[in-house]
Amino acid sequence: MKWKTNNLLFIHVTRIVAFLILTFSIYLFFAGHDDPGGGFIGGLMTACSVLLLYLTFDKRKIDEMLPINYVYLIPAGLLIAFGTGFLGILFADPYLTQYFDYFTLPWIGEFELATAVLFDVGIYLGVAASALVIIVTIAGDE
Amino acid sequence: MNNLIILPIVIPAIIGALLVFFAKSQKIQRFISVITMTAILFVSIWLSIDVYQNGIQVIALGDWPMPFGIPLVADMFATVMILLSSVVGIFCLFFAFRTIHPNRERFYFYPFYFFLIAGVNGTFLTGDLFNLFVFFEVTLIASYILIVHGSTAFQLRESFKYLAMNVFASMFFVVGVAYIYATTGTMNIAHIGLRVEELGQEGVLNVVAIVLLFVFAMKGALFPLYFWLPRSYTGPPAVVSALFVGLLTKIGIYAIIRVFTVIFNHEISFTHNIILILAGLTMLVGVLGAVAKYDFKSILAYHSVSQVGYMVMGLGIFTPLALAGAIYFMVHHSIVKAGLFLFSGVAEKITGTTDIKQMGGLLKTHPAFSWLFFVTAMSLAGIPPLAGFFGKFTLIVPGLSEGHYVVVAVSLIVGLLTLFSMMKIFSYSFWGRQKHSASQAKIKTRDLLVAISPFVVTTIAMGLAAEPIFSYFLDMAHELLDPSIYIESVLEE
Repeated sequence: MKWKTNNLLFIHVTRIVAFLILTFSIYLFFAGHDDPGGGFIGGLMTACSVLLLYLTFDKRKIDEMLPINYVYLIPAGLLIAFGTGFLGILFADPYLTQYFDYFTLPWIGEFELATAVLFDVGIYLGVAASALVIIVTIAGDE
Repeated sequence: MNNLIILPIVIPAIIGALLVFFAKSQKIQRFISVITMTAILFVSIWLSIDVYQNGIQVIALGDWPMPFGIPLVADMFATVMILLSSVVGIFCLFFAFRTIHPNRERFYFYPFYFFLIAGVNGTFLTGDLFNLFVFFEVTLIASYILIVHGSTAFQLRESFKYLAMNVFASMFFVVGVAYIYATTGTMNIAHIGLRVEELGQEGVLNVVAIVLLFVFAMKGALFPLYFWLPRSYTGPPAVVSALFVGLLTKIGIYAIIRVFTVIFNHEISFTHNIILILAGLTMLVGVLGAVAKYDFKSILAYHSVSQVGYMVMGLGIFTPLALAGAIYFMVHHSIVKAGLFLFSGVAEKITGTTDIKQMGGLLKTHPAFSWLFFVTAMSLAGIPPLAGFFGKFTLIVPGLSEGHYVVVAVSLIVGLLTLFSMMKIFSYSFWGRQKHSASQAKIKTRDLLVAISPFVVTTIAMGLAAEPIFSYFLDMAHELLDPSIYIESVLEE
């Protein structure tokens, strides 16, 4: 389907705002470990930024720019999420047990590494991809 | 802690996700599905043996302490149900290979098949009320897709009702869960059971009990809320109907039995009498629908409504034998009714119709198919020595000894009407003049019958082995009627 939008202001604002939203969604994703945020809301916001691109530019153009089949991202996300649960079984703890530790690196200082983030990556991929699949499929219907 | 419990949920979920990548290749999908279903079956058997020998197994996901963590609990009731879901799942899978159109296979039939199994197993194993809701939703979302898969006009119309009904029921589920959290301050089923015992089950807790009964009755198709079932179960292909009738209504009944044995078991004269009245009405209304219909699948679907009544009747009587009978009936009904739906698929394949008035003479052209159907139908109607007889017998005996004469009378009449409508199918479509063409008469059904025969064999075996099965189920009923066993083993984890 052709979306005939040629609104100059819209296009120029989107070029900036879409990437601001994308950056903020990734910030939200990492913030989710201790603060409000996380894979679900991060994924939704990522989907929003991509959707904004779809709205502004042609569907064909975006499909060329992002040659990803979102359908495959959903099971990939699920597999990552379910798969990290097995880490617990590997260390003879219950399924979904998460592990974390603190590391100190030069320049960065002390920071935390947690396996829960991997789980959240799965959620992030699944949510972003399913939101995109639903909306793009409905909107692309002729 | 026992990580085995997680496998019946995680294996189908992972494989379901994996199969999306192979959606275009029929062979790989089938190969992986068979191996997975066999693996799930073995895990279920292993888990059942483990639970039988070592008592209730509990796992706290993520190693959070009880009662805050989310537990998965495998007691005897739950293991019987996951064993049932894997048996029905594997039998239906082989029938699906032979009947599901390649186009449907390409459009993610198998992934959603496995997501459905994952959701159903999750419902059976979870020990947390909110997660019960979550797994209900997982199951329902997979079922929405399977029911509409193929998108015929009839399917779209009926599945919209199905969807609207279930979304409405889910909303009430959340309301009920919120009530429970507000009054007891916990979501852990065992902990709720403990708190309800301490608080005394009266006033608002009885209201909550009825709200939850309403929700599960809607999902399990009990009396005033059964109307969505007959039509939505006749739309999809036979194998999907079989899977739904084998597993989907059972999760509603499972939830009713779980909630009304562990949590709301202190005001039996109030709650369980309501359940008993609903059981009687469900049986009667369902079977009347079946008597009035002349469509193969509709008759079967109305019977499923009717037979849900028997299952909750066992809960309403609330003695060990009645509960054992109710669970035996659930297992029997899943097997037999799933088998019968597959038979309706075969009849449709031969004659091209589901209207039994336009069928006839199948006995002459397809004798093996007809007699296998006859055995299964007689099992449903409750003719000894098939499984259906023992299911009804063990409900009626405690019904009489506890003095519930009206329900017993209703169940006997319903049994008779069930036999009548099964004979109606048999006399219309199997006896009489041959109404299908000579080319249709040559259609080979051997492959399909091989795929259905496990159901027939199982129902015969269940009838012949009723004695050992019942001694096992009576143990389970005693475990269910003493909720302190469940509560202690969860909270001690």
